[in-house]
Amino acid sequence: MLPRRGFVLMAAAGAVLPAGAWAKPEEVEALIRAVAGGAVPKAGRVRLEVPELVENGNAVGMTVSLGADVPAGAVLTDIHVFADGNPRPGVAHFRFGKLSGGARVSTRIRLATSQTVHAVAVFADGSCWRDSVSLLVTLSACLDD
Amino acid sequence: MAVRPLLNVPREVRAGVAFEVRILIQHVMETGFRRDAVGMVVAQDIINRFECLVDGEEVFSATLHPAISANPYLAFSARLARSGTMVLRWVDDRGMEGEERVDIKVS
Repeated sequence: MLPRRGFVLMAAAGAVLPAGAWAKPEEVEALIRAVAGGAVPKAGRVRLEVPELVENGNAVGMTVSLGADVPAGAVLTDIHVFADGNPRPGVAHFRFGKLSGGARVSTRIRLATSQTVHAVAVFADGSCWRDSVSLLVTLSACLDD
Repeated sequence: MAVRPLLNVPREVRAGVAFEVRILIQHVMETGFRRDAVGMVVAQDIINRFECLVDGEEVFSATLHPAISANPYLAFSARLARSGTMVLRWVDDRGMEGEERVDIKVS
């Protein structure tokens, strides 16, 4: 058991809800540049599907796939997903191996607040493409209960 | 974790034709941001790594962060040229490992 005084002290020290511990859009841009090997990924080729209005941030269906503008022969190796309004910007990193049947992945993610979700696709030739979706979250993923 | 995941993989597929693999693993995916009734941080415990291989060759793998929902669901696809054993395995922050094997017949 944590004594009440201890809790109050922790709260005073900012430990209960650490301010400034959240991801920032600049931080996400830096991470995107890092996975792109320093380059700025162009918009296109990758398609991020998430609802634009989210009722429950605890489980938001997300699908990342490739668009129709991908040239034949281009091989996707990695997809990175970031969320710029979550406590931590990283969401997932997917790798597609030799036996992959197509560059498409679906999962469910948590979103703490209204924010922008980014998907970055890295191809075997080193080129990087991105897609971003700004969405509204009406019930955030619970962080403190 | 003793609970088996829900796994959807065809047992028989056509050579060179992509098929979908879907898995739902029961796991709390504790974010590490929540606090319990007395204000202590509940330690992060998520499945941080998932892999799918067929006879040692990679189909799909994922590095996951706390932003993945509880009871993680993953859907992806595979394409095989010959029969083999698909191994799906994952590990959480406590080192708890899970594994499923499916023999897939390619015709």
